[in-house]
Amino acid sequence: MHKHEIKVLNALKDGKKRELCELSKITKLPEASVSYAISMLAEKKFVDIEEKELTEIKLSDEAREYIKKGFPERRLLNLIKEKEISLKQARKELGNEIQIALTWARKLNLATISSGKIKITATGRQFLKKSLPHEEMLFLISKGKIPKDKIKALKELEKRASLIELKKRKKLFAKITNAGLSVLKKGTREEVSQLNTEMIKTGKWKNLVFRKYDVKAEAGSIYPGKRHFVRQAEDYARKIWLEMGFKEMTGSLIQTAFWNFDALFTAQDHPVREMQDTFYVKGKGELPKKELVERVKRMHEEGGHGSKGWNYKWSADEAKKLVMRTHTTCLSAITLASLDIKKDLPAKYFAIGRCFRNETVDWSHSFEFNQFEGIVVDKNANFRHLLGYLKQFFKKMKLKARFRPAYFPYTYFSTEMEIFHPAQKQWIELGGAGIFRPEVVVPLLGEDIPVLAWGPGLDRIMMDYYKINDLRELYKNDIQKLRQSKKWLMG
Amino acid sequence: MPNIILNKRKVLDYLGKEISDKELIEKIPMLGTDLSAVTDAEIDVEIFPNRPDMLSEEGFARALSSFLGIRTGLRRYAVKKSDYKSILEKDAVKIRPFVANAVVKGIEVDDYTVKSLMQMQEKLHTTQCRNRKKASIGLYDLDTITFPLTYKAVDSSFKFRPLGYDNEMTVKQILEEHPKGKAYGHLLAGPKYPIWIDSKKQVLSLPPIINSAETAVTEKTKNVFIDVTGTHKQTVEQTLNIVVAQLADMGGEIYEVKVNEISYPKLEPLSMEVDIADANRRLGLKLSGSEMAKLLAMMGHEARVKGDVLEVLYPAYRTDILHPVDLINDISIAYGYDNFKEEIPNVYTMGEESYEEILARKIAEVCVGFSFLECYNYHLTNVDEEFKKMNRKAEKYIELANAKNENYNIIRNSLLPGLMKVLSENKHYEYPQNIFEIGRVVFPDEKSENKAREELHLAVALCHKNADFSSIKAVAEAVARECGKKIDVVEEKDPAFIGGRCAAILLDGKKIGVMGEIHPLVLNNFDIELPVSALEIDIKPLGD
Repeated sequence: MHKHEIKVLNALKDGKKRELCELSKITKLPEASVSYAISMLAEKKFVDIEEKELTEIKLSDEAREYIKKGFPERRLLNLIKEKEISLKQARKELGNEIQIALTWARKLNLATISSGKIKITATGRQFLKKSLPHEEMLFLISKGKIPKDKIKALKELEKRASLIELKKRKKLFAKITNAGLSVLKKGTREEVSQLNTEMIKTGKWKNLVFRKYDVKAEAGSIYPGKRHFVRQAEDYARKIWLEMGFKEMTGSLIQTAFWNFDALFTAQDHPVREMQDTFYVKGKGELPKKELVERVKRMHEEGGHGSKGWNYKWSADEAKKLVMRTHTTCLSAITLASLDIKKDLPAKYFAIGRCFRNETVDWSHSFEFNQFEGIVVDKNANFRHLLGYLKQFFKKMKLKARFRPAYFPYTYFSTEMEIFHPAQKQWIELGGAGIFRPEVVVPLLGEDIPVLAWGPGLDRIMMDYYKINDLRELYKNDIQKLRQSKKWLMG
Repeated sequence: MPNIILNKRKVLDYLGKEISDKELIEKIPMLGTDLSAVTDAEIDVEIFPNRPDMLSEEGFARALSSFLGIRTGLRRYAVKKSDYKSILEKDAVKIRPFVANAVVKGIEVDDYTVKSLMQMQEKLHTTQCRNRKKASIGLYDLDTITFPLTYKAVDSSFKFRPLGYDNEMTVKQILEEHPKGKAYGHLLAGPKYPIWIDSKKQVLSLPPIINSAETAVTEKTKNVFIDVTGTHKQTVEQTLNIVVAQLADMGGEIYEVKVNEISYPKLEPLSMEVDIADANRRLGLKLSGSEMAKLLAMMGHEARVKGDVLEVLYPAYRTDILHPVDLINDISIAYGYDNFKEEIPNVYTMGEESYEEILARKIAEVCVGFSFLECYNYHLTNVDEEFKKMNRKAEKYIELANAKNENYNIIRNSLLPGLMKVLSENKHYEYPQNIFEIGRVVFPDEKSENKAREELHLAVALCHKNADFSSIKAVAEAVARECGKKIDVVEEKDPAFIGGRCAAILLDGKKIGVMGEIHPLVLNNFDIELPVSALEIDIKPLGD
């Protein structure tokens, strides 16, 4: 038994019914502790409890002030007990309370007013030496005594706005049972709930009984700090590429059209470059070193290295435009341009990053999205290797993937990757892969070396894993959902 | 990429074989076209932009019949000699310089013909013709016109009756009032405009805008005159080839038209050599030259083995063949993507994570250790959210030139506003709400190639009833300590924070961030009802 329960039981051992407040006074415990102890005792059938509804009277601040200063009508009565006074003078003395004073003086017939003068009445005089009924009532209430026969006056007082408040309150009574008495007789042993330093150090714990807990009781939820679920997925994708020996590329979100499009053999009139698809940034950027620009330009205009090119006039101005990168493939182009084919090959790179497109937002479209990018620069690389790397990645992601022929301006053996959605029983497009065309590789690397390349979206994979039906939820930051979101449990 | 809806009956008729829906659904995607649906009457496919020759029942069936092995090899289209002539006047050539014409006679017309021609014309216009800019197609009932034709320039007061109207209109009126004039008028700058007119002064069209009413193709048309004009020679010629091949597949016979003495259409197959070893190296296969030739035939080509190379003849309407890799690409499609065995080569390279990511992850670990929740916001935002609500001056930010959505028309240069927004949207949940974000912010920078400078920031916002300066300062110090660094602070004025409760975070005397108690005005702006203390740091210096 808890020590509070023992105290309460002892306070009840004479067999009398006692109220919570009273028990609190006897045991010197807070009411909340007593209440809890009573309920625990009741559960063990050591006490009977009884709840009664009582009316409680509460005085307002105004009422307390009246007790100190006297009611306004009493103060008015005092002013006019010698001689009549003018209304103006009364107002000066009583201030704001004059209205209340006059109302009640008239109601109780204590004074009359005529032509601006206030004069005491006979009734008024009677009450000079004796209390008004409600004065007496208020006084009694303040002393905590309310005679039963004064109930009528009480109602009267309640009508007088904001002086008292009648509140119904439940009161809890407890009475010891026979079982309770016999437990007391047998002697009780104190139970403790919380083990503390003192008990541990002094060895006092040896004589203690630990209160039994309800192990099924609610413990309350706590939430750990957590990385955002998108970041968790990104980290896993990163880990896969790292394990396969890929180096990470990073780069700017803002790119010149040169790196985003031209270096990738995307003709300057290609629809993807139009304003309705690509975010342009105000202003113009700068082109990289001249020889490189010249090589890219020639490839667009007249081809070379076996290619016919696009046959149009290439504009440096168009290439200087600044865009929010539309794919991370621009990072691959930049990386290729930086490689020394004599020293750096074979080379494998990856990137995971945010890309942008000028879209209106809905459940399946967003103006920002995440892509993962990869390139393998290897003289011996071929199409079967491309499929190998990708299949390996999807296997690690526990996804079933397939590859359909597709078209992109900067690759051949272009393929659209699709993953199988088991719930929807359909294939979902993830994005493209292929081998960079010689028109891309030769100007950047100087030689037609196979460059396997891929750049599918990551968001669809995450939507699938987290059972999200709307892309916008990735960016919603609903704190409760983040708190409860499951961790990325792969890897 | 254009979606087209094809008449399934027609496609099957052209194939000359009944193919089950199941087989269509299986095979069509493997040809390099994205199948949307096969229904009782229709095939709905997405044609990739490299294959404009497949944008019609005829063109699609042509490619599919080769791929399915029904009719493989190169299609030869004979062009008959004729006396048809077009005269190009210099003034008109100045406006739209490239012109190619042809005549096709005796096409088998049915209910679907006109609809099909219109669909093909429209799809070609929107794709490879770049909305009629690079090239535009005109089709006419041959029997309503009299050769020779003249391509000439006229003034805006010139009149004719455009398609779809009962009365004559001036060129000016057409450009201002006719729906096609409004849509494509921008392609003609004026003051002169090109027209096609025949020897009897019958106007054929105002390219690239509209045909005349009198010469239009109808359900009864059997003989067709085709004109293509444009700004890009290759596109003009290839577009003509695609249209002519389709009409020929409808049973027509092709006749040449001499355009200023040059004979069109140029339908002779083109040739290219493919190195067999090079093809095998790229494919990762060991195919013989004749095996490759067979596969190329399935893609509508004709190939002959000549020593180490294949001599390939390919159709003149295949606009996408720029390089031998495109033919090798066709070999891969015919071979079947499903038939390639994937392989991971044993090439040793060392994986390496970017330092930026390592740093971001380590710092995120520290924040997670403090039980903070990571948030993830867009990089794009607007001036109101990023600056005004933060009580900060709108400065040092980059603006987009063409954002469709005005709520997302600038790039963020601070992470804190995003976190404040998160707090304002999550008021109904339990507190404390202690959140963080690690991400990129962008500032203008004239000195760099892309005129921008990016920083990797950490922002933390603590929101609960006791969130104060010292609690956020403790976080800043702890993050730095975990990175083996010690920060200094100096009082700072930032209107987003309460004056006197805001400090700059210094590392080796250089400012790397700011922290403090968020100003109640800012809390009001975001409708947040509890105090917030927050920090934002550039984390790269912590890793240096």
